[in-house]
Amino acid sequence: MKILVCISNVPDTTSKINFTDGDTKFDTNGVQFVINPNDEFGLTRAMWFKEKQGATVHIATVGGQSAEPTMRKALAIGADEAIRVNAEPADGYFVAQQLAEVVKNGAYDLVIGGRESIDYNGGMVPGILATLLDMNFVNMCIDLQIDGTNATAVREIDGGKEKIATSLPLVIGCQKGLVDESDLRIPNMRGIMMARKKTLSVVEPIEATVATTDVNFDKPAPKGAVKLVDAANVEELVNLLHNEAKVI
Amino acid sequence: MSVLVYTESDNGSFKKNAFEVASYASEVAKQIGTAVTAISFNSNENEKLGDYGVSKVLNVSSDQLKTFNAKAYARAIVEATKSEDAKVIIVSSSSDTKFLTPIVAAKLGAGYASNVVAAPESTSPFKVKRTVFSNKGFAHTEINTDIKVVGVSNNSFGLVENNTTASIEDFNPVLDDVDFTSKSIEIDKVVGKVTIADADIVVSGGRGLKGPENWEMIEELAEVLGAATACSKPVSDMGWRPHGEHVGQTGKPVASNLYIAIGISGAIQHLAGVSASKTKVVINTDPEAPFFKAADYGIVGDAFEVVPKLIEKLKEFKAQNA
Ligand SMILES: Cc1cc2nc3c(=O)[nH]c(=O)nc-3n(C[C@H](O)[C@H](O)[C@H](O)COP(=O)(O)OP(=O)(O)OC[C@H]3O[C@@H](n4cnc5c(N)ncnc54)[C@H](O)[C@@H]3O)c2cc1C
Ligand SMILES: Nc1ncnc2c1ncn2[C@@H]1O[C@H](COP(=O)(O)O)[C@@H](O)[C@H]1O
Repeated sequence: MKILVCISNVPDTTSKINFTDGDTKFDTNGVQFVINPNDEFGLTRAMWFKEKQGATVHIATVGGQSAEPTMRKALAIGADEAIRVNAEPADGYFVAQQLAEVVKNGAYDLVIGGRESIDYNGGMVPGILATLLDMNFVNMCIDLQIDGTNATAVREIDGGKEKIATSLPLVIGCQKGLVDESDLRIPNMRGIMMARKKTLSVVEPIEATVATTDVNFDKPAPKGAVKLVDAANVEELVNLLHNEAKVI
Repeated sequence: MSVLVYTESDNGSFKKNAFEVASYASEVAKQIGTAVTAISFNSNENEKLGDYGVSKVLNVSSDQLKTFNAKAYARAIVEATKSEDAKVIIVSSSSDTKFLTPIVAAKLGAGYASNVVAAPESTSPFKVKRTVFSNKGFAHTEINTDIKVVGVSNNSFGLVENNTTASIEDFNPVLDDVDFTSKSIEIDKVVGKVTIADADIVVSGGRGLKGPENWEMIEELAEVLGAATACSKPVSDMGWRPHGEHVGQTGKPVASNLYIAIGISGAIQHLAGVSASKTKVVINTDPEAPFFKAADYGIVGDAFEVVPKLIEKLKEFKAQNA
């Protein structure tokens, strides 16, 4: 089985978010970049397939050279090879078209992406990619079993979950639950050393549509101070929620 | 030309978000000077959409589509878009909708803006405001394609009544076997409980509650309020509560009217996923807990004392206001 994990290079979850250039760009100053958490769950599941069922695992990122440290981290975790499409990820549609080209050229059986990137929160790349390639697709995937070319996936639905029978070639958009938290791997020294020798190929982008443009950004208005209610006077909270906030 | 809205139903009844996206669609239609057509699947209450400005409903009633199937639903929506010559498609942010919308967008070559929180800022160029960086920022995004898809965040636009009479037509999309290569084989869904996605009020518990055995009071508080229950990430990681209840940046997003956080410290990843809620209440023993900075109301106190009292007072309040 050949697996491609799509890795989005995103600001660490604790990052302070600021904008620059007249609020037209995300300010990367002082920001630490990491593997998108959803993609890390996917990569971890890919490593499980590799070890338990035999699979080759490649990763792909659409991004500039600055994405390479994050890609090396994915190699250190255990991916075999990395492909960088040398283009700024202009929007989800653009990224999906680039990744579709990578998938076509690499003849992957399983493509793992995340439910969403925690930067622009598009939640669309895996679904668009699957549709462009006419592959099966399961979103918000929290369990995946593969047996030959048959696949059984579980996806989260509002208020529960649904089990889906499908088949390879398959694209999933995965999220927390796909693997146990305790299975996530921190790269060790050996992994880091090996990652340096692994292939990271750079390919040029294909001509593609950019469907949306973020013209400018802003931040939510700062919050007013919290109104504290005494623990001995819980009734006051009920009053405030009813009369002031009008939510009950 | 029209604005097409996908109105989601469950067992024949519309979900609350169906009326919210219909309201949004009707605002867009007003801005561009056209009318709203809705597409619904096996709904028994299509006429209700008229109350929110829908003038025509394409009703798909098909046994094959009784169970949600993303690819087949997407095909139907694409066909409706073409037959209505729709240029704007409005959808919600439910789990099912977030599954099918990228498929619709790809099939139509349409730009898709998700997590949109307000009516379009302009329609030419078509520009919307959406949340990015897990609610830490907003982007003002132009959709450049001929057909535009807008995913509206839960509870962001609200319900706007707009009395119209909706004509209801049967719509029979031509389905293809390739749409059914993925099959639902089991659905495991809590019944009779409010889900986080649909809830106006969410009651959430964290590690401060010490163990799963203490969730009875959380359940009870939720019941009194007609709320959904949720939890922080470690709580679901430890198996105290199911994964589906985990909220935050890597969990379910919460955009309720009221969010009550009990024994949750308010880590940045937790806040990122819940800050779209309108009113936030925190109950925590530690006055320094970061959540107090993000909350509207707070009680510094022990959950095991405060929550039972709160339940009691809410019951009294309900009795008086019944
Ligand atoms: C990549 C990444 C992604 C993450 N994503 C998420 C996410 O999506 N959602 C999420 O929730 N977390 C997420 N986290 C984890 C997050 O950083 C915090 O660890 C987590 O939110 C803490 O959960 P908690 O508030 O329940 O526990 P704690 O931080 O342990 O807080 C418990 C709180 O309970 C209070 N308390 C104790 N006893 C009582 C009592 N008797 N009565 C009242 N209060 C009491 C304490 O004062 C404390 O403030 C993520 C972390 C990482 C690294
Ligand atoms: N620039 C990118 N390079 C590689 N994969 C990406 C990129 N952007 C998004 N993805 C993948 O698509 C998923 C969803 O991203 P998005 O649609 O941007 O929210 C991510 O979790 C990744 O798996």
